[in-house]
Amino acid sequence: MTTVAPSRARRIADLVGRARELGIVVALALVIIPTAFVNPRFVEAQGIRDLLLNASVVAVLAAGQTLVVVTRNVDLSVGSTLGLSAFLTAQTFADHPDTPIVLGLLVGVGVGLVCGVVNGLLVAVGRVPSLVVTLGTLYVFRGVDFALAQGTQINASNLPDELLDLGNGRLFGVPVLVLITLAVVAAAALYLRSYRSGRDLYAIGSNPEAAVLAGIPVPRRVFTAFLLSGAVAGLAGALWVARYGTVDAAAGTGLELQVVAAVVVGGVAIFGGSGTVVGAALGALLLGTIASCLVVLRIPAFWQQAISGALLIGAITVDRLLALRLARELRGRSDHDA
Amino acid sequence: MLERFARWETALVALLVLVAVVGQIRTGGAFLDGGNLFYLGLDIGEVALIALPLTLVVVSGEIDLSVASVLGLSSAVIGELWDAGWTLEAILPTVIVLGAVCGAVNGLLVTRLGLPSLAVTIGTLALYRGLALVVLGDRAVADFPSSFTDFGTTPVPGTWLPWPILLCAVLAVAFAVILHSSSFGRSVYAIGSNEEGARFSGIRVKRVKLTLFVLTGAMSALAGIVYTFRFSSARADNGVGLELAVVAAVLLGGVSIFGGRGTLGGVLAGVLLLGGLRNVLILDDVSTEILTVVTGLLLLVSVLAPALTARVRTSSTGRRSP
Repeated sequence: MTTVAPSRARRIADLVGRARELGIVVALALVIIPTAFVNPRFVEAQGIRDLLLNASVVAVLAAGQTLVVVTRNVDLSVGSTLGLSAFLTAQTFADHPDTPIVLGLLVGVGVGLVCGVVNGLLVAVGRVPSLVVTLGTLYVFRGVDFALAQGTQINASNLPDELLDLGNGRLFGVPVLVLITLAVVAAAALYLRSYRSGRDLYAIGSNPEAAVLAGIPVPRRVFTAFLLSGAVAGLAGALWVARYGTVDAAAGTGLELQVVAAVVVGGVAIFGGSGTVVGAALGALLLGTIASCLVVLRIPAFWQQAISGALLIGAITVDRLLALRLARELRGRSDHDA
Repeated sequence: MLERFARWETALVALLVLVAVVGQIRTGGAFLDGGNLFYLGLDIGEVALIALPLTLVVVSGEIDLSVASVLGLSSAVIGELWDAGWTLEAILPTVIVLGAVCGAVNGLLVTRLGLPSLAVTIGTLALYRGLALVVLGDRAVADFPSSFTDFGTTPVPGTWLPWPILLCAVLAVAFAVILHSSSFGRSVYAIGSNEEGARFSGIRVKRVKLTLFVLTGAMSALAGIVYTFRFSSARADNGVGLELAVVAAVLLGGVSIFGGRGTLGGVLAGVLLLGGLRNVLILDDVSTEILTVVTGLLLLVSVLAPALTARVRTSSTGRRSP
């Protein structure tokens, strides 16, 4: 009967996994429908576009963060990486207005890559816990950002129109920024789902020692995860410039909390080893939607942070209870078989 | 093992002396001036107060990132209750109890549900700060009587010692006795070194950890009171980001992030070193941005140095743990 238990385990695990994404969709409906009754414009085309736009930067960051969290690590420096990349991207455009848009975006990605390399080296080679490393680099990157900016601000008037079009334009009625977000989420999801090195990230997060014994180059894979998270945060910085047009050294301060909350609410286990990029992106959409609903329902915006925190704790609690239930279920099953 | 620790703390004290000497030279004698030491003391008061219980939490192998948010929440509640006409004699104990409740929530989530303290306290970092904003919004309450704010702005008569540092010193002795000379303290080390082993040797692991989180919450609220009186201002965003300074001080003080190792003396040296360095840089007109970078770098160095020395040690002796 040994073959039955694993297949049943997989069925239950799959159900739990799918239940999470379904759960977020239900939660989305629960917040959107009452809000739509209060203000029908909330669910018109423009309202939906705004919802997606507001969630897009966090969703991009959440896609990168997922790669790190499934390896049982965390990257708290993404908000600062975004800020540094946003400022340097904007400065590039302000100093050289003729810079092609793609090159400008690459500047952002490049800045993010450098930040990711620093984190990755410290975690993978220095063997220092990622929590501490990225808490440190959170402040270092932000400090560098402030030192470079020297209190200046770059405004939309200093930026090329093509860039701002990217942030506010549409393609077939869908905002370009949302399309870019979907592309990043799809790419990260494909990488984690179907590529060997992507699968390795799950193996590392489930059991680091076993991953080493299975011949997975653990330090290299963890380094890659931080590298990708940094690059994605860098891209998000460039998109931030395109979306908001105004950048100072404080851009994206505190964003890491929203990102970690989105990832965890989206069903990525903070112990590593499970969760999907799509779930994380849905988590970002849910948190963004709640923020928008508060505005429509005229609830003071002060509630937003408390709600994200409560959702994060609620999500890990539910995950934990489900995991305990699952473990008990499986144990009961194998006892019967034995 | 003991030798290495002695060395880490010796290095910290040497660094402290170095900072003091360099500071004294760079500022033309202004660093060790009584007036400056008073401000240095004020500046590190809250960090020191929170670092005391957090040391125990980290030694037990856990972490609490919500401390600065508890500080902010207690400050916001002080403001709101004062506005509502409560007396400070009634407000202050209430706020300490509130802090203990915040800590108990962290502790119960960690011990009863078995959740990782990192994730729990990132959540409550957002939750408690959010509640502070809900309580006080973006208002500031500033009309506290000077009989109370003097506590945060004047020295103990006849000295340059700020009142909060005197409070800290008394509590530091209490915490040092708890951690280093009581069976409770030994059980904290035992839990941090080997939780399972500790459980099998009859230590009530959950109860010890819960106690530590409650203590941390209460001390963070106390730091919130000190912070509020020091600036004579209750605001919801008081102490945003202070958790970094506290965690940096604890790790710089030689406490292992993996638990089981570290001393309170080392942590106090870490607090002084960070505060002293900040103070020298400020006297030297270095911008606050550079201060942020320096704090972050010190945090990185303090965890990287032990990790690298441990690796050099194992590779040079050729011994590897199985």
